[in-house]
Amino acid sequence: MSAPTLERPAPDEAALQRQFDATIAADHRIEPRDWMPEGYRRTLIRQVAQHAHSEIIGMQPEGDWLLAAPSLRRKAILLAKVQDEAGHGMYLYSAAETLGADRADLTDKLIERKQKYSSIFNYPTLSYADVGVIGWLVDGAAICNQVPLCRSSYGPYARAMIRICKEESFHQRQGYELLMTMMRGTDEQRAMVQDSVDRWWWPSLMMFGPPDDDSPNSAQSMAWGIKRHSNDELRQRFVDMSVPQAEFLGVTLPDPDLTWDEQSGHWRFGAIDWDEFKRVISGHGPANDERIARRRAARDDNAWVTEAATAYARKHDGGRPAEEHAGSAA
Amino acid sequence: MSLTSEGGHGAVPTGAEIPVEPRPAASRRDWPLYEVFVRGKRGLNHVHVGSLHAPDDEMAVHAARDVYTRRNEGVSIWVVKAADITASSPDEKDPLFAPSGDKVYRHPTFYEIPEDVPHM
Ligand SMILES: [Fe+2]
Ligand SMILES: [Fe+2]
Repeated sequence: MSAPTLERPAPDEAALQRQFDATIAADHRIEPRDWMPEGYRRTLIRQVAQHAHSEIIGMQPEGDWLLAAPSLRRKAILLAKVQDEAGHGMYLYSAAETLGADRADLTDKLIERKQKYSSIFNYPTLSYADVGVIGWLVDGAAICNQVPLCRSSYGPYARAMIRICKEESFHQRQGYELLMTMMRGTDEQRAMVQDSVDRWWWPSLMMFGPPDDDSPNSAQSMAWGIKRHSNDELRQRFVDMSVPQAEFLGVTLPDPDLTWDEQSGHWRFGAIDWDEFKRVISGHGPANDERIARRRAARDDNAWVTEAATAYARKHDGGRPAEEHAGSAA
Repeated sequence: MSLTSEGGHGAVPTGAEIPVEPRPAASRRDWPLYEVFVRGKRGLNHVHVGSLHAPDDEMAVHAARDVYTRRNEGVSIWVVKAADITASSPDEKDPLFAPSGDKVYRHPTFYEIPEDVPHM
């Protein structure tokens, strides 16, 4: 995008910083072409990019069941859900580009393992019940995380989150309905659901990130209005929501320490295995290699489509070159 | 390694070891960037909803349909190459909008009319 240039004095950094601080303090939104501190820009690019990567990689565990879904109805639902996750990734890459990042470049960083995605997607989907449990717990945890992000201080990120949150509710409900259906089925089906809950419960709690006293960057993100609640706060909210849902479903959450605390009005839960979490996020989970290999194959094996479409466009657009793209205006 | 869960779907690292390039070299491989505008329903303006990359205008419209209107969110789509948009710049805000700042007489509230004048 180009802007008409006016003759003007060099901007005064301190004044710009004051203006930025005032915008944040007033709970107004920062928009793409506003001045912002480099730290704010970097934090956002990293966060939005890794969020986008999570959506894109997140298609894989459930995508594995697309061809094996037991009915046309279930297949259509799962396809729509996986397609939504692709859409979420696109909204978020779009937001990242308003900060000056480049979509293809971010994808390369994902494939080269320089940027990460959520640890949860490095677990395999071993049974069809996992599709239901992912919808219920993983999308449920994502909703807890994402709803406050709708008020994030960065405008394009907040707007992307609003679109995403509207769609997540379908994801969670289809999962829970799938599980209710299985629980009404045979003993074998009920056992499949319980086994799936046993495998996904703890990784779902890890989705909220390390405990607050081990989360050094949170304070800055809170001050910038990028983050609105602490990791532990959100995790507690998720546990409190999930316990009665598990009860209704008739499954047992795999935590012997789960007890109702009358005084605080919260469910108290056992210790999380942070070593497992760190292993998985740093590349040693059960499915890390497979996830990245498939994303790489999608990029490389489909490169000819990109090239063919570019050649076609060049030929039919009066020779107008598909020039380098400028930063997004959004 | 410091971690955060800010990224919606769960915890991701945030430390300095994660590369961040606000201004990367434009990728040769990627298609041009388009901004997308959707008319939600008849009677409303087109509203900006986001961006996407596409090889040409027609493909941009098709991609915009899939990315931004999976649930009947629109009855009409505009796409425009981001490079073709000319915009005011935020730090020109004061001089650019100054001409309207001191013209309070453009607003109906500028005029004092007695309460008992009907229908005004
Ligand atoms: Fe999503
Ligand atoms: Fe989802």
